[in-house]
Amino acid sequence: MKYYSYYPGCAVEATASALGLSVPQVAKELDIDLIELEDWNCCGSSPYGSVDKLEATCMAARNLALAEKTGLDLVTPCSSCYITLNGADARLKEFPRFREQVNEALAAGNLDYHGGVRVRHIAEVLYSDITPDVIGAKVTKSLKGLKVAPYYGCQLVRPGFGFDDPESPHSLDELVASLEADVVSWPLKTRCCGGSLIMSEEDLALELSNKLLHSVQENGAQCIVTDCPLCQINLDAYQSRVNSKFKTHYHFPVLFLTQLIGVALGIAPSALGLQRNIVSPMRVLASYL
Amino acid sequence: MVETMVKAPVEVGFIDEVCFIPGGEAIRSCIQCGVCTGSCPTASKWDYPPRQVIAMVRAGLRDELLSSNSMWFCASCYTCTVRCPRDIKPTDIMHALEIIAIRDGLSTKRSRTPVMYQCFVDSVKGNGRVYELGMMLKLFLKTNPFTALKMAPVGLGLLLHRRLPLRPSRIKGMGELKAILDKARALGGTK
Repeated sequence: MKYYSYYPGCAVEATASALGLSVPQVAKELDIDLIELEDWNCCGSSPYGSVDKLEATCMAARNLALAEKTGLDLVTPCSSCYITLNGADARLKEFPRFREQVNEALAAGNLDYHGGVRVRHIAEVLYSDITPDVIGAKVTKSLKGLKVAPYYGCQLVRPGFGFDDPESPHSLDELVASLEADVVSWPLKTRCCGGSLIMSEEDLALELSNKLLHSVQENGAQCIVTDCPLCQINLDAYQSRVNSKFKTHYHFPVLFLTQLIGVALGIAPSALGLQRNIVSPMRVLASYL
Repeated sequence: MVETMVKAPVEVGFIDEVCFIPGGEAIRSCIQCGVCTGSCPTASKWDYPPRQVIAMVRAGLRDELLSSNSMWFCASCYTCTVRCPRDIKPTDIMHALEIIAIRDGLSTKRSRTPVMYQCFVDSVKGNGRVYELGMMLKLFLKTNPFTALKMAPVGLGLLLHRRLPLRPSRIKGMGELKAILDKARALGGTK
C-alpha cells in the first residue's frame, strides 16, 4: 500500500465530479491510499494569481502548510491545482522576502509554511510510482481495439514540475497502452483548449477546441482521454457549442484517465461516473463494460 | 539626447513595477526573438502580441498596454514559457500585467476576462472554495445577462449530469482563512 495526502480541488466537487468518483475507485484497486487533506481550500488558481499574487499564494500556502503536517506527498487529480500549488511552492522558495510576507499572513491563521511538501499529479503517481506495467498486470477487461487519443493539454506538462516532457510527453500514451487500447498519435496532444477563457471569451475557446476535435477526427480516434478538469469540460460539455458554431458533427466521448483505467480494471460504470459525461461514452465502451 | 534623459525615469518605473511582482523579474533579458508570439495559440486576438507586450513594458508605454486586451487573452498554456530561449516566462509577465491593470483600474472593457477573474476571487473569498454555478451567474449578471440564455443548454446539461451542485461547498476554517487574507491585504505586498 502506498500512502498520499489527497487534494481533490474545487472542480472535483462539481463540474469534474466524475474525476472525484473515479480517482478513489482506481486508487483502491491499485493499493493507493489517498487520505483527503483536512479542510483544504481553493488552491489560489490562476484567476486569483492574476488579481493578487500575495493573496493567491497565501491560499496555496495554507494548503501546503496543512499538508506538511502529514509528512506525505500531496496528490491532486487537477492539472490546474497541480501547477498552482507547485508554482506557489517554487515562488516561496525563490523569493525569501515574499515568503516572509506569506508566513506573516499565515501566522494569523496559526499556520507556518516550511517548504517540506512535494506536490504531485495523480497521473505522475500512476506513471512513476505505480507504473504502467503494474497497472497492465491488473487489467481484467482488455481495451483491445479501442482507439484512444491521449490529450495532455497544457498544465499537466507545462511549465513543467519535473514530470514528463513539456511538448512531447508520453506518460498518458504509455498508461493508455498498458490497458491494451490503441494509442492514437495526433499532433495537437499538448495544444491549448482555451482553459478558463471559455467563460469570458467563448468564441476564442471554441475555435481552439474545434482545432483539437478536428485533429482527433482526422487521426481516427473514437474517444479522448485527459487528466484535466478544464480540458474535459471544454471538449465534452461545449462540444455541442463547437458543433453548432462550426457546423461540425463531432461526437467524441471525453474520458478522464481514471475513468478509462477503471473500465479496464473492471470497475462498474456508475462507480466511475460514466453517466456524468455529456457526450456519452457508453456506445464506444459497450463491448468493454 | 536631452529628451532621452527626460523620458528615462518613466521607462525605468514601469519595468520595475513588473519586475517587482514574482515572475516578472526576467523581462530585462528579452532579445525580442518572437518565439513567444509564434507559439501563442491566441496571439491573433491580442491588441499587441506577446513579443510586443514585452517591448512596450520596456519602452514604458504603460497606459496603452494596460488598457489593451492583450494579457487578458492569455490562456496560461505556458507554451511561450517553455520555449523562451531567455527563460523569461512571458505567461508570468502577463499575470503581473493583469495584477497592475486591475489595481490601477485600467482593465479593458473589450474582454470579459477581468470581470470573470474578479468573480472567481469573490467566490473563493466567500466560501474558501470556488462555487462554479454562483460564479457563472454573477459573471453573466455583471457582463451581458443575455449570454446566460445562450449558455442555458450547457448549464442544464451539466446540471442534469450532476456536475453543477446548487449549493456551495464551504470550508470549516473560514475564520482562519479570512484572517490570513486580511493580513495579506494589510501587508500590501505585490499588489
